[in-house]
Amino acid sequence: MPAPVIQMRTPAETALIERFEREKSSLPGAKDARAAAFARFEKAGLPGRRVESYHYTDIRNLMRSVAPEVPVEGELIHSQHVGVEGIPVVTFANGRLQSASGMIGAAKLEQLDAALLAGAAELGTALGAANDAIVDINTAFASKGAFISVPAGEKASLHLAFVDHHDSAFAVHSRVVVSVGAGAEVLLYESHEGPDNLPYQANKVVELLISEGAKVQHIRLNISGNKALALSTLAASLGADAELMSLGFTSGAETSRHQVFITYAGENAKLDLRGTTMIRGRQHADTTLVVDHAVPHGESRELFKTVVDGEAQGVFQGKIIVRPHAQKTDGQMASNALLLSDEAGMSNKPELEIFADDVVCAHGATCGALDENQLFYLMARGLPRADAEALLVEAFLDEALDAVTHEGLREALAERVHVWLSARKVA
Amino acid sequence: MAAVHETVETVKTIDVDQYKYGFVTDIESELAPKGLNEDIVRYISAKKNEPQWLLDWRLEAFKRWQTMVEPTWSRCHYPAIDFQDLHYYSAPKSTAGPKSLDEVDPELLKTYAKLGIPLREQEVLAGVEPQNRVAVDAVFDSVSVVTTFKAELAKAGVIFCSISEAVHTHPELVKQYLGTVVPATDNFYATLNSAVFSDGSFVYIPPGVKCPMELSTYFRINESKTGQFERTLIIADKGSYVSYLEGCTAPKRDENQLHAAVVELVTLEDAEIKYSTVQNWYPGDSEGKGGIYNFVTKRGDCRGARSKISWTQVETGSAITWKYPSCILRGEGSSGEFYSIAISNGMQQVDSGTKMIHLGKNTTSKIIAKGIAAGKSDNTYRGQVSAHRKATGARNFTNCDSLLIGQECGAHTIPYIESKNSSAVFEHEATTSKIAEDQLFYCTQRGLNEEEAVALIVNGFVKEVLQQLPMEFAVEAQKLIAISLEGSVG
Repeated sequence: MPAPVIQMRTPAETALIERFEREKSSLPGAKDARAAAFARFEKAGLPGRRVESYHYTDIRNLMRSVAPEVPVEGELIHSQHVGVEGIPVVTFANGRLQSASGMIGAAKLEQLDAALLAGAAELGTALGAANDAIVDINTAFASKGAFISVPAGEKASLHLAFVDHHDSAFAVHSRVVVSVGAGAEVLLYESHEGPDNLPYQANKVVELLISEGAKVQHIRLNISGNKALALSTLAASLGADAELMSLGFTSGAETSRHQVFITYAGENAKLDLRGTTMIRGRQHADTTLVVDHAVPHGESRELFKTVVDGEAQGVFQGKIIVRPHAQKTDGQMASNALLLSDEAGMSNKPELEIFADDVVCAHGATCGALDENQLFYLMARGLPRADAEALLVEAFLDEALDAVTHEGLREALAERVHVWLSARKVA
Repeated sequence: MAAVHETVETVKTIDVDQYKYGFVTDIESELAPKGLNEDIVRYISAKKNEPQWLLDWRLEAFKRWQTMVEPTWSRCHYPAIDFQDLHYYSAPKSTAGPKSLDEVDPELLKTYAKLGIPLREQEVLAGVEPQNRVAVDAVFDSVSVVTTFKAELAKAGVIFCSISEAVHTHPELVKQYLGTVVPATDNFYATLNSAVFSDGSFVYIPPGVKCPMELSTYFRINESKTGQFERTLIIADKGSYVSYLEGCTAPKRDENQLHAAVVELVTLEDAEIKYSTVQNWYPGDSEGKGGIYNFVTKRGDCRGARSKISWTQVETGSAITWKYPSCILRGEGSSGEFYSIAISNGMQQVDSGTKMIHLGKNTTSKIIAKGIAAGKSDNTYRGQVSAHRKATGARNFTNCDSLLIGQECGAHTIPYIESKNSSAVFEHEATTSKIAEDQLFYCTQRGLNEEEAVALIVNGFVKEVLQQLPMEFAVEAQKLIAISLEGSVG
């Protein structure tokens, strides 16, 4: 039998290893977690096509080099008007929290490094059994970000505005850990923007620890720059009777991968995961989920909508795991994709991994073009083809956006869909 | 209802010992020395008196195989296979290649009689309507012992013989098609098969001919410490049709035996092949001891426009199943179908599914896969549907459902759906559930005991697939389902 193939280290892998050697003594706190995560990375390398969960998004090949992390100098420019009235904003410049530690409403904010050094926050508690190369790299290097806590029974809403900015290639590794007390209600809105025409790499992780009976709405807007490699992860653990609705909205970045890892830590928790992705040109957008039902009586709903135009490539990978004792689990997953051009492509991999017998789980995946009959109906009523197409696409995406209960935010997202479609009409 | 009743009756009559094909035929065999090297490849080729080109082909494959690594991506877990601890060729001594039925060792005939396989043509004829006749190619370990109805098939122009025979009688056809669907370099097990393949069936249906009877091959592994590496090649020329059945069993042994087959199907314009399998290899005992390791590469190539390939399989056997019967939909308007019931019990592990590769315009495919897991088994559906850029108007519908019986089994679904053409329409749906309490209650209310009730509900669950099987198989399959679920209730 021949020896297994040993892959050569890529320049990016070598650079990351050198960087860790250089910086490991000065990285704030979480020494063991960082060392363990880095050891896993060093062993496995950057995930490429041969790694099952990265089959469609070959990070090994996409990450050619490693750019330096740089602080933002001078004034920050909010180019995209991502703010929503009524949601207090805190800004992260290249991952660093711009405001001092303090309270915003009921939420308490601390710099990530200070919280790690003080032992107030840990890395990886929301990850459960999930094991992922991108998260490992983040765990090893993240020194910027925030620790946010909302006490039990309180209500809070926050807009975390991530603005990435520099005039040459750069990288950002940020981590935000959010701890939501029992029975608290939180609206968390993240926006990610950055410069166009500049290759930059972002690896951003948000950990959500949701205690019993707490309710969280989480909306993530990705309008990163058009040359960005934007890797992002949401890891959440759900306490008993907790509720989480999380919507990922992606239209930016040249290559994006949004990962969601959910672990059920308590019974009767409810999850509603949504996604809307709109890509065109040569964009590549990957959404990867792992929903791990580790305890009985969990409910999960996943609805993902992808619209692909130009030569763009969409990817959806969703996995529902039901552990041996997680009886009475109810999981339903759907991924629908619309291909608007001949060159567009979509890969779907909805997985079920089930070890308990008393469960109801289903997934559905569809992929196709706009319905010619529907188009004809609208055009017969006087709408130009472009408008008819736009109307159908909006209706298609609306179903996922409906779950956003904050009216202003929902309208802001609907407006983004509208703008994206208008640009399509002009082109 | 009659068939269901029959199923229930079968369950009743079977005792703890579930696998009834586990006997061993006591027959003297000629074995190749253990191990695998170039000499063994030459030995097999020489035994079959093969022409040089085929030996070269085998050796090339063997060379390639030595550079390959055993795949580990499936959800099957098993101790490493020692490829040197196997006999790669085993033939009953008395049978030096297929001959007339009268010359076949009576011990062999007895074996097939015991398995319920009709080898005597007159037996088949007696009392059965002519259109229900089945021609059989019986493969025992590494050789084909007999092929029935050859003369009658020849009248229609149909070639049906063992592949070793075809190499001599129709070398041009074998040379033209062998390895064109599953190349010798395709995957670890297919490459191994290309190097050491022993026997299997060869079918050629000439243009415009509807094969006058069902063709079938029955594979039997008998000798211990052997692997079976059969190779089947079926070619349906323009406008022809054939329905082909495959069955397989093996004795109960404590060791694991290897079965790595390759099946290649080719359909030219307007042709259709219907390929049905009832796989009933020895699955091992309830502790997971013994059983067949089944690593099979089955692929059909719809080369001609409007051609069609349909796979139907009922899987109840083997300790490990690693099998993905696929269709390459190349011809314009060609279509592929895959109907499958995979049942696992005990410690069985199944990682099976299909691939539908849409290359041509207006190609269609349909996948109906039903997985039933009981005992401590793991049952995985893994399937790929892809549309190439030029596959305008491609259409796929996939439905895979899993049923779990008991708390220690697992059912998994891993579909890969890749579309590179906007006009391709793909739909996929999958569900996993257990037998509903209310359904069970309803049945037991009406006087069925729980086992009968489960059999009834399961038969309803898999009905869509059973309907696709030829009549003779459907009955057998229905019985099998009851057998392999026996003992899973309570």
